[in-house]
Order: sequence, then C-alpha cells, then structure tokens
Amino acid sequence: MGIGGYPEEVSRFLRSHGLDVGDRVRLHLASGLVLEGVVMPRYSPSTRRVLVLKLRNGYNVGVRIGEISNVERLERVAQESPGAPVPLVEEVSVAEDRRVALIGTGGTIASRVDYETGAVKPSLSQEELVLSVPEAFQYARIDVEELYSILSEDMKPGMWARIAEEAARKLESGYDGVVIAHGTDTMGYTAAALSFAFHKGLPGPIALTGAQRSSDRPSSDAAFNLTAAVLVASKAPFAEVTVVMHGETGDSYALAHRGVRVRKMHTSRRDAFQSINALPLAKVYPQDGRIEIVDPSHRPRGGGLELENGFDERVALIKHFPGATGEIIDLLLDRGFHGIVVEGTGFGHIASDAIGAVRRATEMGVPVVVASQTLFGRVNLNVYSNGRRLLEAGAIPVEDMLPETAYAKLSWVLARTRDLGEVRRLMTTNLAGEISWRHNLRLYPRWRHSA
Amino acid sequence: MPELDYRALGLKVGLEIHQQLATREKLFCACPADLGEEEHDEFERRLRPTRSELGDVDVAALFEWRRGRSYLYEAPTMHSCLVEADEEPPHPINRDAVAIALAIALAAGSWIPGEVYVMRKVVIDGSNTSGFQRTAIVALGGEVEAAGKRVPIETIVVEEDASRKMDEEGRRVRYRLDRLGIPLIEIATGPVIETPEEAREVALAIGRLLRLTGRVRRGLGTIRQDLNVSIRGGAKTEIKGVQRLDLIPKAVHYEVLRQVRLLEMRDELKARGVTGEKVFSSQPVDVTGIFKGTRSKVIRRSLGRGGKVLALKLPLFKGLLGRELMPGRRFGTELADYARFWAGVGGLFHSDELPKYGITGDEVEAVYKALGADPGRDAFVLVADEEEKARRALEVVRERAARALEGVPEETRAANPDGTTRFLRPRPGSARMYPETDIPPLEIDESLLRMAEEIKPEPVEAKMKRLIEDYGLSRELAEQVIGDVRLDLIERLIERHHRELPARVIASLFTVTLRGLRGEGVDIEAIPDSVLEELVGMIAKGEVAKEAAEEILKRAAENPGKTARIIAEELGLGRVTREEAERIVEEIIRENMDKVVERGERARGLIMGRAMARLRGRIEGRIVAQIVEEKLREALRG
Repeated sequence: MGIGGYPEEVSRFLRSHGLDVGDRVRLHLASGLVLEGVVMPRYSPSTRRVLVLKLRNGYNVGVRIGEISNVERLERVAQESPGAPVPLVEEVSVAEDRRVALIGTGGTIASRVDYETGAVKPSLSQEELVLSVPEAFQYARIDVEELYSILSEDMKPGMWARIAEEAARKLESGYDGVVIAHGTDTMGYTAAALSFAFHKGLPGPIALTGAQRSSDRPSSDAAFNLTAAVLVASKAPFAEVTVVMHGETGDSYALAHRGVRVRKMHTSRRDAFQSINALPLAKVYPQDGRIEIVDPSHRPRGGGLELENGFDERVALIKHFPGATGEIIDLLLDRGFHGIVVEGTGFGHIASDAIGAVRRATEMGVPVVVASQTLFGRVNLNVYSNGRRLLEAGAIPVEDMLPETAYAKLSWVLARTRDLGEVRRLMTTNLAGEISWRHNLRLYPRWRHSA
Repeated sequence: MPELDYRALGLKVGLEIHQQLATREKLFCACPADLGEEEHDEFERRLRPTRSELGDVDVAALFEWRRGRSYLYEAPTMHSCLVEADEEPPHPINRDAVAIALAIALAAGSWIPGEVYVMRKVVIDGSNTSGFQRTAIVALGGEVEAAGKRVPIETIVVEEDASRKMDEEGRRVRYRLDRLGIPLIEIATGPVIETPEEAREVALAIGRLLRLTGRVRRGLGTIRQDLNVSIRGGAKTEIKGVQRLDLIPKAVHYEVLRQVRLLEMRDELKARGVTGEKVFSSQPVDVTGIFKGTRSKVIRRSLGRGGKVLALKLPLFKGLLGRELMPGRRFGTELADYARFWAGVGGLFHSDELPKYGITGDEVEAVYKALGADPGRDAFVLVADEEEKARRALEVVRERAARALEGVPEETRAANPDGTTRFLRPRPGSARMYPETDIPPLEIDESLLRMAEEIKPEPVEAKMKRLIEDYGLSRELAEQVIGDVRLDLIERLIERHHRELPARVIASLFTVTLRGLRGEGVDIEAIPDSVLEELVGMIAKGEVAKEAAEEILKRAAENPGKTARIIAEELGLGRVTREEAERIVEEIIRENMDKVVERGERARGLIMGRAMARLRGRIEGRIVAQIVEEKLREALRG
C-alpha cells in the first residue's frame, strides 16, 4: 500500500503530481469537467485505479486516474481544527457523593468523528466524557482510566486478569462501583471471567457496557448504555459483575444481566444481550435514575473484597458437528492444552467414535467439560447410551451453564488446580450463579409463530 | 400578485428535483420500495448531536436534545426491517436504483465517476432513525433543454427517502418507517433560472425526462421540488418540499417579494439610525406584574403554569414588525418563527399588532413605560412562558431583529400550501457530511452502464416520431401522451393492444377521459394502474365498450380495491350482442309507440336517447344508431 491506502498505481500518480492526501486540487477531466476538492485517503482497500476526492459540497466521488488530463494543486487550506468542543449541556451537575471508576478496554463510548475523513477518533478522556455524556455524571463523579484500546475479538484471558486487578484496586480505594467499557463481541466472556475472580467477595457492582451503534452516530446507544452502567455502579443494591446494555430496541430501559448468564444473541441489535436460563438482575432506567430489581437473589453491596485472580490461557472451546471425530480433541491434547470445553449436541452429546479421545484426555489429566449447543436447557448425559459412555469416559457435564461461561470458568479453575477431581468439583459447583437447579416455563423466550 | 421585474432584481433560481424511483427493493435493504398500511410494531428513541457537528448549525439539534425531544417509530411488519429500525447495518446500495440515475446521467450527458461513495448527511429531526440520511453522487454536470435554454445540471444524486411524519405531540414526534429507504433521485440544476414561470417549466421538463425512463413512482408525495432562490443583494434561500408544479412560480415570486421587502426594511432601519449596538443594548424585562389581571387567555394560561411575561424593546422599529413580507406573513411572523424554533415557545406578541388578543391599550402603555420605550418610535415583543424559555426567545428575537440591518439571512424555508413560506431552520453547512463506512464504494462497471443504457430515456423527438408514425397518433395526442404522468403505462398498453384497439383510443382514455374526470373533481390518482390495464384489455377484447370507460373509472377512483371487471359487472356494463340490442330498441319503440306515431321520423332523437341510456358502454353508439334507424323505419312502415 502506498499513500493514503491507495494501490501502487494511484500512489505513483499522486507522487508524480506532488500530491498527498489532504491536498486541495483542481482536476481537469478529459470530458472537460473540472472538479475541485480535497484528496481523500481510501477507507476500503482496493486495487481500483480511482482517486477519492471530497468535493466542496461534502460528497466524495471516485475519479478514474486515466480520465484526469491535468492537475492543479491549490493552496493547502489550513486544517480546520475541530475547534473548542461544544458541551452538550450548559452545566454538568455532578453527583459528588458517589464515585465510579470507568475502565476503558476498547470500543468507542466517547468519540468524535472527523468529517473530512470520516475517521472516528475514540477517546475516553475525562474531558471528552464530560462533554459528550454529561448525563452520566448526574449519578456519580466518574474517573476515567484507559487500560486497553483493543478490538473485542483481540481480548485474551491474560487481560481478564489485568482488568480484574484494576477493578479490585478501584474498589479498594473507595469507589462505589466500577464500569468497564468493552467491545461487545466478547463482553460476555469477560463478564463471566470477572464473576469467578470476584465470586468470594465484591463490595460493589462491576458493570460492563458497550455500544452496538458506534458513538459517532446520532443514534448511538453508547451514551444510554454508559449512563445506565454508571447508574448501576453507583446505586444498584447488588454487588455483582453485570453486563448493562439496552433492554429492548427503543431507548426505554437497559438490563443488568448477571455476568455468568449473559450472552450476545444478535449480531447487530441494541438488545443483543440477553440472560440465558436466568432472569436479568434488574431493569435500569437511565433517564430517570430508577433500578427495578428482577432477580432478588443477589449479593448485597458492602461486603469485603476478595479477588482470586489468574486464568489459564491453554483452554479450548470447541463444538461437536456432524462428522467430527476425536481428531480435534486428540490434536488439542497433542498440543498440550490444559482443558477443553465441548459444546455437545442437544443434551451434550458427541459422536460415538470421539468418546475414545475423551477417555484419553481424562487419562492424561485434561478435563473435558460438556455444555450444550442449544444454549437453553440443561445438559444430561444419562438419557442416551452415548451420554452414559461419555460420562464413563470422564466428561464433566456442567448443567445449564453457558458454553462461554464454562470456558471462562475452566480457564479460571485450571489456574487454581490441575487436579481432575478438584476441577470436576469446582466446575459442577455453583460459584457465581452460573448453575441453577430450577427452570420454570418462563425462562425460555417466546418466539413468534405468526408474521 | 404585484408586478416585479425579476430580471432587473437579478433573480437566480436553481432547482432540486427529488423523485422516488420505481425499484422493487429499497435503497439499502430488501424491503419493498412502497408504503404499507399494515400492522406495525412501535419503539421510541432519542437522537443526540454527535460531537463534531456542533457548529453554528446543529445547535438546533442540540436544543432539541436538551429539550428531551423523542421519536416514536411505527415499524410496519411488511415494509420495514432491522435496517430501517437502525438495528442492522445497511446492505450494499441497490444497483437498480443507481442504474436508473445513471440512465438520466447518460441522457443529460453528465460525467459519471469511477466509484460512487455513499455519504452520511446528518439530519437530527428523527426522520432518519440513524440520525443521518444516506446519499451518494452518481453523476456531475450535463444539461437538459428546458424553457428554451440549456439548463446545466450540477449533481445527480441517489439517496434514501425519510420516514413519514404522522403527528407530533408535545415533545414526541411520530414517524412511520415504510417510506424510509425508498430510493430517491435528486437532480440539482445550476442557478440559471430567471423568472418564476421559467422555474416551473424547468421542473416540468425534468419531471418529464424522469418519467421517460418509465422507472419513477407516481402519485402525491413521490416528487418534491426544492427551490434555491436569491436576488441581487439578498441571500440564497432554500425552499423545501414544493409538491405541486403550479406552486413553483408562486413560491419563487413570494420569496422575491420577501427579499425585496427585507432589503427595503434594511434601508429604512439605517435611515432611522438603528444600529446593531442599539438593538443589542436592549435587555428582556420582566413585565409579569402588568399582566396580573389580564384578559388575554394565552398569557393567563402561561401565568397559571408559573410562567413569566418578558418584554423586549426594539428601538426605532415602530411599524416594521407589522410590515407584510408576503401575503399573511409579517416581519413579526418571522420573529415568532425564530422564537419557536430556537427557544421552543408557543409564540409571541408584538406592539404593532396590539392592543388585541385580550391585551388592552393600558397594558400596552404600561409595557412601553416599563421598557422605557417611546410608543411613537419603538416597538416591543412580548413572550409569556417559562422564564428561561421566554428569555431565550427574546434573545433570539433580538438577534434576528439585528440581522434585519444586514438584509436577508440565509435560511431554509418550508412551503405553505398557498405558496408562501415559513422559516424552517438556518441553512446547513456542507460539513455535515461524512462517509458511510458500512457500505463499500460501488464501482461503476460495464454491467451497470449496460443496465443504464437500457433504461436511458429515448429523446422526446424520437418517442414522438414513433408514436406518430408507428401508432398513428396525431402530433397533439402524442405530445399529450409524452406529458402524461402515466406515460410508461400508456406506452405499455399501446404496445400490447394496438393491433386490436387503435392506439388513438388507448391514448385518449388517458388524455381525454381521465383528464375530464379530474376536471370533474374525481381523484384519478387513486385509480390503480392494474384497473387501467384490465380495462384497456377488456375494451380490446370487446368485453366492454369504450364508452363504458368513464363510468368504470369514476367508480374505480372511489373503490381502489375493486377490479375493472367487478366494477363493470356491478354497473351492468356487460357487453350485449347486436340481437340483444335490437330487442331492447324494439321494446323502447313499443313503449313509445304513441310518440313515434305522432312525430314520425322526428322521434329518432327521443328513441336514440332512451336506447343509449340503456346501452351506453355495452355496445358501440354507432351500432345503436344503425339499429334505431332500422327499427324506427320498420315501425313506421308497419
């Protein structure tokens, strides 16, 4: 790639005319048309021989370089600075009696868009937050710290430990709660991981939040979610690790989900996050400061802090599919993985000829944990013969636990013990609300059956 | 309308014609590009000003947000999906829509870029769930022939239509999402139009060019014209949403008038010695005490809610607030529009209209006194509302009054049904546009250009020649067909039926029968194309006579759900054979035998009239005349 993300030929054209991205130019085309505008970078990679020009009316057009007969380079206009940012409200009223720490890990909760390039500049500084999400401050004074600035999919178990450590430090130093801004794709995993790390003692809420629409858009859900998260962190009666995101498509309420029960169930909707096999902890109304408890069986605020930190990074989460044999498990064992979570079919099954590989894992002291691809319901290896053989081979079924939660939990457990018996005991013990023994009929969503 | 010498005033008008395209799907999703009245889901959202567009313009959006404005969306289940709900990223741009726009570009000789970039134009009135309108330049330059001159095209744009505004209640606006995403073409001309009538002619010509593609939607609201109007020394005013062609000359004229009067006012203010400093030194004064016992309902209601009455002196403005800028719209009206827009107040009172509305002469006098103003030279404005809103309203009024010293402010205005306009918002800057990075740029490749070539409208002259030479239409009829909104349908029907039914008959059904019905006040736009297609088919097959068309169409306009066949049956317009017609004529003669005997041959008119009353539309009139002639002669002989 050459100048501004352009392919070599276009770069050469730019160089030969002494042009760079950001230059104001007048292009004379073979057709006689004259275009005036600013040379833009390419935001989508391509080999096309096209130069992107931002016209004076604000539109971008792609000009074939072969059509350009003459180039005039005009005076480079001084880059208009965005100017002093205008606050959304005239006066920010800050609730000084509550303090919330905001830990940034990535995503764009607060950002500004550069109208020239369309680039979104994420920024999670204190000043920016006050200016762009002032309403969050009505619930607490917020102190911002940016720990990571990564894409959701680049999150790793090692980073869970850093986040946990940082959150613990904040709670220790007297914050009422912690908000963690996180990319949405893997937010559920991080929430589950933190839930186990803090299951023995957490004095206040840790609320993870993010945005399904980036914050450069007028319709972004970032501010709504962040405000709801701050409200939870500062005022919720529970001290739980929770994901706080839109509760429905409209801007009416958010939901606070238990970290071990939440899953991203939609690629793009605002209300993508839902509690599976459980009710959410609470409905949260960020516009009027109300929190409506849905699940009263929560840990109250004000207890001690006890962090059991550390995660094993050699754990795999795999899925059984028609045709899968024991090969993948064997491969993981050969590569020295410490634990495997298998999403079995239905009750938690895998193919008959894969069971041998599970037995081998058990013999090697590598736990194979079984959850279900169906997400809803409980695994049960006693109903069919293959299930019973799987149990006999040493598989550890984890009841109604989400596969992703089982993965985070196994990673956490293996950092404490490698003893298979102890791993089995911990995996099948409810530590943070990840297992429940009763599902009533209402715990399964009602799908529509008519248009 | 008062006479104005537009050319001497340096009138310059540019048009932006927005027309919905007839594509199967919407511009950025797979929903049908059509309105739907089916059941819907609802959700409520708010939009927030994104940080960097808080320039002078979107302060308006900021106020809206601060005021807690929310939007309630109706999402019809068949005509909107997650894309309209802003719950799913847009799909790649509809190539068919781009091809239609490219076809126009080819016809206008415009330049077509190598890549089309979809942009986001920030619009925070809730009409777009995303908070921006997606829009893309598809071609630049070119020209069309209109009003005897070559009118340059500046841009050809494809963009998504906005949601339909259903109503507004307090701080909540209700929109319906069916219209959101319907593809629009926007054609912008250069500002070369010099008279109001020329503006209409150019709009007409561009509308016709669009219809010649056969790929545009018809009906109310499918075409909208925006006008950019300025005069020498004035300012560019953008007038939004003129839906009817005949309103264009009026809207242009009234805008010229407004600008002329504002310029006159500027000169008069200067002559009176008004300066910006003098205006700005004036401060809002609380005059609530004066209105404690007022008879003005508006003020009483506001005070009842804990509001205040604030007044602002406008030094040396006496008489100017009541000055008419357009019929029914005074400078005071403009001030009120600004106050409503920027401060969200219900309205204001100004001294040039008082005493009135329950406000007494004594109260007016007291306000003058409280303001230290001279009733002979100064004017004042009153606002009754929450104190903060009232104060902001008066600050806005003061600002607008001061701007009167500069003449005409740049504004976007909305057209009223009578052609006058009202302040809508300040003119937006170009900075509100940034790339839609969710949509990859579209390469204009050979296949798109081939699609466009097929849609490209035939030149009017070529089409005219074909209609005259191949189908035998008169030049006059051919011209009417080409100017008809249903041109595509007429052409299709002529092509399909010209062997059984003369093209002239098919064309007249539209240019004579339908237009005649419109003249009678029949809502011919309500008649679905399917009814017209079926009707022409039935006439061609001889199932109904062409004379039945008028009655069937009249009924169809009132019952858009019914087919032509059902209507014909309901009206008893089934075709009769010659034998049946003969029997009916014989019967009529028998019933009127006394008159036939009495008048002889001269009874023909009477018998013919009665026969047609029963046979119109069921058999050709010419045949009825033959039968009457024959049977009458027989009867007289007998």
